[in-house]
Amino acid sequence: MNQPVEKGLVTEATKITDAKTRYSAGVLKYRQMGYWDGDYVPKDTDTICLFRITPQEGVDPVEAAAAVAGESSTATWTVVWTDRLTACDSYRAKAYKVEPVPGTPGQYFCWVAYDLILFEEGSIANMTASLIGNVFSFKPLKAARLEDIRIPVAYVKTFKGPPTGLVVERERLEKYGRPLLGATTKPKLGLSGRNYGRVIYEGLKGGLDFMKDDENINSQPFMHWRDRFLYVMDGVNKASAATGEVKGSYLNVTGATMEDMYERAEFAKELGSVVIMVDLVIGWTAIQSMANWCRKHDMIMHMHRAGHGTYTRQKNHGVSFRVMAKWLRLAGCDHLHTGTAVGKLEGDPLTVQGYYNVCRDSYTKTDLPRGLFFDMDWADTKKVMPVASGGIHAGQMHQLIDLFGDDVVLQFGGGTIGHPAGIQAGAVANRVALEAIVKARNEGRNIKEEGPKILQDAAKFCTPLKQALDTWKDVSFNYASTDTSDYAVTPATAM
Amino acid sequence: MMTNPTGRLTQGQFSFLPDLTDAEITLQIEYGLKKGYAWSVEYTDDPHPRNCYWEMFGMPMFDLKDAAGVMMELKNCRKTFPNHYIRLMAFDSTRGIESVAMSFIVNRPKNEPGFGLARIEGAGRTMRYRISSYATDKPEGERYAG
Repeated sequence: MNQPVEKGLVTEATKITDAKTRYSAGVLKYRQMGYWDGDYVPKDTDTICLFRITPQEGVDPVEAAAAVAGESSTATWTVVWTDRLTACDSYRAKAYKVEPVPGTPGQYFCWVAYDLILFEEGSIANMTASLIGNVFSFKPLKAARLEDIRIPVAYVKTFKGPPTGLVVERERLEKYGRPLLGATTKPKLGLSGRNYGRVIYEGLKGGLDFMKDDENINSQPFMHWRDRFLYVMDGVNKASAATGEVKGSYLNVTGATMEDMYERAEFAKELGSVVIMVDLVIGWTAIQSMANWCRKHDMIMHMHRAGHGTYTRQKNHGVSFRVMAKWLRLAGCDHLHTGTAVGKLEGDPLTVQGYYNVCRDSYTKTDLPRGLFFDMDWADTKKVMPVASGGIHAGQMHQLIDLFGDDVVLQFGGGTIGHPAGIQAGAVANRVALEAIVKARNEGRNIKEEGPKILQDAAKFCTPLKQALDTWKDVSFNYASTDTSDYAVTPATAM
Repeated sequence: MMTNPTGRLTQGQFSFLPDLTDAEITLQIEYGLKKGYAWSVEYTDDPHPRNCYWEMFGMPMFDLKDAAGVMMELKNCRKTFPNHYIRLMAFDSTRGIESVAMSFIVNRPKNEPGFGLARIEGAGRTMRYRISSYATDKPEGERYAG
């Protein structure tokens, strides 16, 4: 079989314009088929993708970029005459720019534009089937990664977005001007429903706003989902009465089928929960269906990004989480785990801030050090509340609020439940730390610099905070991040 | 007295901290004014977690740029309702937000009896919950007297 991708360096555009030649049976280069157009100016209604590609040895980067455009839109490996029955030029994605990745020999950024007609309105499943479909297995590329995407207003407006949005979520909870506080119930597996509800009650009564099911809590032999929901809601309501605050616990409705998930969500609603939760692994179609359900029933939808690390973490291949966050905002979730930068899980601080921007911006601005390659107008799409969870503790409160601001759920699982004086004390420590830092910031103090002092001062009137600071004072996860910007050197910090 | 770790109602931004002094409240007001928020004083004797409509002590002060003016309203409110819950709320009219941006309690009744939880048992072990303030069994205005 002929090699459709030319070897050697040929960078000039060589689109064949004579129709008879273009459609003769046989194999052409992608560039010759019309998937490369160096003069193309993207339309306002085009979707633009930025791919990072690693062509095989000797494969010309322009031809490789054209191949990416081809394989993510209409191309097949050989010329087909049936193209001529269609307005085929509008269906061809167009690679229009290729640049070497700074400081990374062998890798190239390529920009590809897609016409609005290519994607079904309101369907992330359809968009992803093209953009991260066949192309990621394409042999002439060693690796490919979708780094960023500009989705045009025309397509954004075909999605309903978050069922609730962070502004309305705050109104439902009557909680303003500070990050929300949460904790994931631990141990992840093995607690009976009765034991599980105890953790919920203690955490919420102690001062947290939310408790959370973990991603792999569904309905295993040790705890049936109905049992969990009943005990959890007893804890939630008891804590609400004890504090006078609206409280919630993300009830994970993830199940084997849509029917299972609807059944679990209906039960959560019947018991008066303000929030349900799903895992990313349920897939785009199920996510959009559950978002519809949440919209219909005034329910906050919490998204746990279980599984994303399998394709977001490595820089040379996969899909960046900023792209996932854009898709998830459109598909419709209200909470999205977006990283902590200072905790136990992968995340360079600036790159993580880029994800937060994508969740909360009205208009996302190009910001290369944060990995944002495009301006993107969200066209009034509701905002997603980012969630910082994983290996964080009260002693990092000033760093977290400095990095992420107020519109975030800070989740201290071990940092609450592992407190030496118990779960309520752990919750108190976190809530006092949070309120002290917010108050100090509003007073004009530099929390990044003075944070430790502010926390120590608060610990003078709050013994649980003192115990927390003493217990975890030396804990940090100071490893280099694998996914960082190519435009700035930013080691992971965990001061 | 409520049994949560603070012994009191924990709504608002700063209920876990020692009561803010008037000087500290002024700093918070100034922070909000710098952000372009409009401050409002609200009071209630029905602090149910879902009672979002506390009474307005006048309208939000949209054109007020001086924290002293807000403090004056707060002092008037405290004088009129010394034994009510009073909170300061800041409104942000930015497109895409258009909601409350800050909210914290600045006055409390002497005694905070808290809330009772009633359970109404249903089929299949389901439960309906009713949360009600011990104070609201009395008529408005007489709830936190003495």
